[in-house]
Amino acid sequence: MADGGKSVGIVETKFFTFAEPPNELILDSGERLGPVTLAYETYGELNDEKSNAILVLHALSGDAHAAGFHNGDKKPGWWDVIIGPGKALDTEKYFVICSNVLGGCKGSTGPSSINPKTNEPYGLEFPTITIKDIVNAQRRLIDHLGIEKLLTVVGGSMGGMQVLQWMFSYPNRICSAIPLATTMKHAPQQIAFNEVGRQAIMADHNWKNGNYYGNLSPAEGLAVARMIGHITYMSDISMAKKFGRRLKDNRQPFKFSADFEVEEYLRCRGNNFVKRFDANSYLYITKAIDYFDLLNGNNVHDVFKGLEAKVLVIAFKSDWLYPAYQSQEIVKACKSAGVDATYCEINSTYGHDAFLLKIEEETHLIKHFLRTVFNGLEVSVENES
Amino acid sequence: MRVDYLKLEHRVILDWIEPHSSVLDLGCGDGNLLSILIQEKQVHAQGIEIDEQAIHKCVAKGLSVFQQDIDTGLSEYGGMLFDYVILSQSLQQVKNPDFVLKEALRVSKKVIVSFPNFAHYFSRFQIFFGGKVPVTRALPYEWYDTPNLHFLSISDFIEYCKKRNIKIEDSVFIRKNRRVKIFPNLFAEIGVFLISNR
Repeated sequence: MADGGKSVGIVETKFFTFAEPPNELILDSGERLGPVTLAYETYGELNDEKSNAILVLHALSGDAHAAGFHNGDKKPGWWDVIIGPGKALDTEKYFVICSNVLGGCKGSTGPSSINPKTNEPYGLEFPTITIKDIVNAQRRLIDHLGIEKLLTVVGGSMGGMQVLQWMFSYPNRICSAIPLATTMKHAPQQIAFNEVGRQAIMADHNWKNGNYYGNLSPAEGLAVARMIGHITYMSDISMAKKFGRRLKDNRQPFKFSADFEVEEYLRCRGNNFVKRFDANSYLYITKAIDYFDLLNGNNVHDVFKGLEAKVLVIAFKSDWLYPAYQSQEIVKACKSAGVDATYCEINSTYGHDAFLLKIEEETHLIKHFLRTVFNGLEVSVENES
Repeated sequence: MRVDYLKLEHRVILDWIEPHSSVLDLGCGDGNLLSILIQEKQVHAQGIEIDEQAIHKCVAKGLSVFQQDIDTGLSEYGGMLFDYVILSQSLQQVKNPDFVLKEALRVSKKVIVSFPNFAHYFSRFQIFFGGKVPVTRALPYEWYDTPNLHFLSISDFIEYCKKRNIKIEDSVFIRKNRRVKIFPNLFAEIGVFLISNR
């Protein structure tokens, strides 16, 4: 996919450690966790007023490496189509931050990190975490970077849940928010897909109750979990376009090998995923997603009461995993709280994945919305005569 | 051609709206009217529009706008939340104008409605002598591609307001971008009304 702007170039992941005992991070569950390390990357320059900082929030399988290239890598970060000079998150104007979530496996503290009490990996000793905990940890990073108020928080899917949590928990720390393809509460169908993924991992005999570090990992279970995930991220149309019923070229002459291109694709995605992701992190993070319910018995009218930030909500037409009605509920909550908001349902056939891709409409909306937030409203009236 | 008419229509609406008021534009299109109101009257503006491409134009103008079908109602908004709701050339395009107007009058102190007058003499001629559905400056569409679902006249709207106990605070009738003072139901191509609940 060609992109409109330049790359941020070679980037490096940085680390921030906090919550050293006895001042551990107190979690939603009441448990204490510390020390906590967050891996993060930044692109662009923070201005003198510290008013141009954007926090990018990643989805389930993402990490801190959102844009540019790590030394020697051929593939850029996961949202390189959006972040860079001249792109929607223009690094010539804005200072962009992205951190790996708490519970992750790409440099932030998670179940594969060493538990200082035992000097062994946490495994299932790692406490249960929630989206709120993830956001609380991010807030500590933003404090550390000396930023009082973020220009915006932006992310899709689980990243969008973190956006909503920021709007709820730290309304005074953000000027605007951009939740993409997300929901205020995880629905039973969404929990069900996550549960099948978790069961696949736990059914793998290498999982051993999460105690597999140093031995064989539950790679097959994790690969199946990823395959299920991938199906839900695409759409009927995008699959038909990408694979059709085409058979793969080098078919093996034995039963139940991958005959169709779609089978080969899923197997390939599953196998690649296990090289870069930890099975226990997958369990913990999917649970955090499933627990997410911003309403949690609260009235939809009250959830964003008093929020002064401007909000841009985007849904995608073919997204059946996070359907547009869930974005419309966010919009409803904004409307009844009198929040200054915009909602657009982009006509795309790419399913849930659309928010990650280079979709011109998404780029256009984010770019112009941010310009209005950053520069203030400058209306232009078209000549009518 | 059609923008000539909208020009006076927009000037009329601009005159009616108090500075710094809150405005909800139902069917705001590409957001030009809202931009005018922000520029001239510093209003707090919100638009609702069903067309995705129009939404992109609104966002490029810096406007806040929801992609929504206004036929689904305004239930998230509390009563009298806005100073004005505007239905500029959109009432005749909704499925249920009675419901949409009721909702508009619930959430707002005043409502501004404009629509093409179906009883304009040129339309009457076309039906009477031509035996065909009229195509005019204010009603430029063929029967098979028109977004207009309802055809009403200025007299129809005045009668409707009486029936629903709606107060007509002001009205302006327009033909060729000029005001029509006599026999508006015959000579005006567009009616613009400022209404409120009694």
